Amino acid sequence: MTAFASSWRSAALTLAIGVVLLLALPGLVDDFTLIQLTIYAVMAILGVSLGFIWGFGGILCFGQAAFFGLGAYTYAIAVINIGDSTIPFLLAIVVPALFAALLGYVIFYGRLSDVYMGVITLTVTLILFNLVNSTAGPEWKIGSAPLGGFNGIPGIPTLNVPGDPDAVLSQQSLFTVSMVCLLLVYAGLRWLIASKLGRVIIAAKENEQRVLLLGYDARVYKLICFSLGGAIAGLAGCLFANWGAFTSPTIFGLAMSAQIIIWVIVGGLGTLVGPVVGCVVIQWLSTQIGTQQTFNSNLVLGAILVVFVLLVPRGIVPSLGDVIAAAWRRRRAPAAKQAIPAPLAPTETAG
Amino acid sequence: MDRRKFIQTSGAAALAGSSAILPLSALAADEIGVGSIHDLSGGLDIYGKPMVDCLTLAIEEQNAAGGLLGKKLKLFSYDTQSNMQMYAQFAQQAALKDKVAVVHGGITSASREVIRPVLNRNKTLYFYNTQYEGGVCDRGSFMTGVTPAQTVGKLIPYAMNKWGKKVYVIAADYNYGQITSQWVKKFVQDNGGSVASIDFFPLDVTTFGPTIAKIEAAKPDMVVSALVGGAHMSFYRQWAAAGLTKKIPLASTTFAVGNEHIVLSPAEADGFLLCYNYFENIDTPENKAFKERFHKRFGKDYPNITELAMGTYQGFKLWAEGVKKAGSVEIGKVTTALESGISINGPSGKVTIDPATHHCILNVSVAEVKAKKLNILQTFQQQAPTDTSAVCDLKKNPRDNQQYVIKV
Amino acid sequence: MDLAIIVIIQVLYAVAGLVIVSAGLAVIFGMMKVINLAHGEFMMLGAYATITAHGLGLNLWLAMLVVAPIAVGLVGVVLERLVIRRLYGRMVDTMLATWGLSLLLVGIVTSIAGNTTVGVSAPLGSFSIGAYSVSSYTLVIIAVAVVLALAIRWVLTKTSWGLIARGTMQKPEMADALGISPGRVYSVTFAVGAALSGLAGALLAPLTGVVPTMGGAFIAKAFITVIGGGPAILAGLVSASGLFGAINQLGTFLTTPVLGEVALLFTAIVMLRLLPQGITGRFFKGSL
Repeated sequence: MTAFASSWRSAALTLAIGVVLLLALPGLVDDFTLIQLTIYAVMAILGVSLGFIWGFGGILCFGQAAFFGLGAYTYAIAVINIGDSTIPFLLAIVVPALFAALLGYVIFYGRLSDVYMGVITLTVTLILFNLVNSTAGPEWKIGSAPLGGFNGIPGIPTLNVPGDPDAVLSQQSLFTVSMVCLLLVYAGLRWLIASKLGRVIIAAKENEQRVLLLGYDARVYKLICFSLGGAIAGLAGCLFANWGAFTSPTIFGLAMSAQIIIWVIVGGLGTLVGPVVGCVVIQWLSTQIGTQQTFNSNLVLGAILVVFVLLVPRGIVPSLGDVIAAAWRRRRAPAAKQAIPAPLAPTETAG
Repeated sequence: MDRRKFIQTSGAAALAGSSAILPLSALAADEIGVGSIHDLSGGLDIYGKPMVDCLTLAIEEQNAAGGLLGKKLKLFSYDTQSNMQMYAQFAQQAALKDKVAVVHGGITSASREVIRPVLNRNKTLYFYNTQYEGGVCDRGSFMTGVTPAQTVGKLIPYAMNKWGKKVYVIAADYNYGQITSQWVKKFVQDNGGSVASIDFFPLDVTTFGPTIAKIEAAKPDMVVSALVGGAHMSFYRQWAAAGLTKKIPLASTTFAVGNEHIVLSPAEADGFLLCYNYFENIDTPENKAFKERFHKRFGKDYPNITELAMGTYQGFKLWAEGVKKAGSVEIGKVTTALESGISINGPSGKVTIDPATHHCILNVSVAEVKAKKLNILQTFQQQAPTDTSAVCDLKKNPRDNQQYVIKV
Repeated sequence: MDLAIIVIIQVLYAVAGLVIVSAGLAVIFGMMKVINLAHGEFMMLGAYATITAHGLGLNLWLAMLVVAPIAVGLVGVVLERLVIRRLYGRMVDTMLATWGLSLLLVGIVTSIAGNTTVGVSAPLGSFSIGAYSVSSYTLVIIAVAVVLALAIRWVLTKTSWGLIARGTMQKPEMADALGISPGRVYSVTFAVGAALSGLAGALLAPLTGVVPTMGGAFIAKAFITVIGGGPAILAGLVSASGLFGAINQLGTFLTTPVLGEVALLFTAIVMLRLLPQGITGRFFKGSL
């Protein structure tokens, strides 16, 4: 990470823009667009979770959808059983975090490398998918909430004001809540990255050996990073269950995990804003493709992914920044020389 | 350096904000919008495409006859790509942005339960035209597909009379398969038979080797299949590969709805018994005329007009009658008009809306697969949706809104 | 007794299925350390090639065993030149690029062939064991898997091409210094791997419906089998297939197909935790 980007100025700027959007949009756009923006915000949180653990922690997780789905299902089951949504909301964050911690323990303390970690995370999300998918029978219920198998859980009660189960959030309020969560997550992660904990996590990504030699147990830091990513994904899952009032096993699927990875790649690995941009662009594209018949959605998404990996490996946000900054530099007086930071490349630890 | 980050973040914000640009609604003042939310790509498109084709034909016919209430009909067709999230999104779009007067859509029961609450919340009329497991009780929706009491209730006694009393059931593992298999069990037991076992398979299972061995071990007189989708078609292939198509007869509540009888060879499918509302060789003048119009529009070698496609056509026609009677497209007025006992003479025969359940009274026929065609063996006139009317009465409880899982 | 024989046949069939499905991926990963996530789509292309050739009148066996591998092999050559070549050494990037390719291939085939499931009937009929009928095609699959494994072993150890390939895999610079073009070796290897995937798809066409999305069902299992097998290509492939296939099928017999799958996946996790380098990272070290 270059020095400037971790300065508080860039974070403050992003947050400022975010707050402006948060306050202005509900008044500017109609209900339908607001609902669209809500799902963008929710998915952006999910994208940021992977962007964080991958770009800053060096953990390529093929199964981030597992935590997303766990968050959604936990919220659904808890709120149907409990009624008031405060505890379910918290559970939706804690349960995936615990699961991530458990999984992380298996992975990091087993000293598994990139590829093997990818396989295990992929396998876990497949297991969850298979298990939840086969719970369609009426005997599968937790408390009073049937799991529903392939059908999922429809009619999930929306979040309510804490303590007052009847004061449910409206569409507009849900947008506000989602945006606030997104901004808080962003601010929190920026702060974390700048803190000592964050710097050790990043160092562990760059060179695990060196970190060990300096006296830090890299495994613990990776575990923390991974669990945090799981918690954030769980939060996104909870908000998703609220947005659609349903959840189904496809949330755990391979396709979902693939999408999240595509957002991060397209948006820019190594930044936190990148996944947000990638997510919005891809989601918007998918919706557009769904309303016309000419192009097949797989074709377009596949082509985008291939093109980006080959030609724009750093993603939209960093590349855009490079292009504009280079043009800007050419205009300035040649006297001021600024060190050009090294591009952030995903490192592969030896297998 | 700050500049670069500034540019990055503002570029990002601009991109994010620009997707929120408010598009204008595409409906003109003299048009009525009809929404179609079906899977036109992904694994379920074999069901979705014929449904949208029939809806397109119905709308074109209506427009050629002068439209509805003097206005032209406009079709908004959404492809949900076999993805639940898209169902939710497009339901919202149809109701809030395109402001359609009615939505015809949903294929799997799962997708129906995603869009029904959304359309209810946004006061948009909803027609679900797919055969399903029964039990939905909702004044804002109309179900025009057949339900177990209408089909399974006729298929099972016919099959048991022909083949025997011991039945092995295999079903898709989601609520349609779960509930339908319970109905199969009920009708089997009502007819003095016994169910050897009920096995469930998630929709993506393609290996049935052990299952086939288990079925053989149980020595049933017949197999009843409620399998769904392309992956489950491999069961029929593997069943035939093991030589069992000739040894153990099979009846199905879902076969041929995805044109399986055309994809599979006669050796793999001949002899299967089915029961649905519509078959292409129903011998009535309405059906002949319909087929001519359909083939003129979509080509002579269109594979098969499926049950679901006809359900959609008939569903649209019923809605159109309701609008004409109500003189408006406002949901309250149309619902009241539809509840006054509207009926049409569709290609499958007379179809009437049952006011108490918002389901349909229609003809069903038992048919057999032979040489890639479906031959009707026996027709039962005007079957009522007794499974749903046993639990649902919208006249008495108009605020009722749930799916009853019928306890058998 | 009959049931026991049936179970054994089904287990062998499951193992053979895994061997055939994973062979292409094993060759590509083992020789080039490229994780080809478009493997499932290569299988799908092989299946479509078979159906098309058979539909045009060609004998089914020729379509399966000759046309499909050649067709997909050619596709493999093209893709290797255009995409994979630029990403050697970047394992994560190749995973992502091949993932993109898989989506692209699905999209292209869907646009051309539509989404209706097509297929062919399984040839050769069935035979009886006591009260049970078994499809003879099952035995064909088992036989092909055995022949395939032996053929891979023979090519890699007894032919000069095999020797060159293994040498280049171990030390590309040395091979280059000796006048062998590593680029050409990689191309051919990728093509061979693709051809094997095409063959797998062709062989499975009579048993599963052929749709553009059929690849998705296989990629996960193939991926897990290959990684679980470890660095040795053949020994890893056979041992991992044996372990996972047996557990999967026994699990299915004892419970349901879903739990059989879950058992396979769970075994994979446990195994990777205990043997982080895969099976042949610890056992059968140094073998092919």
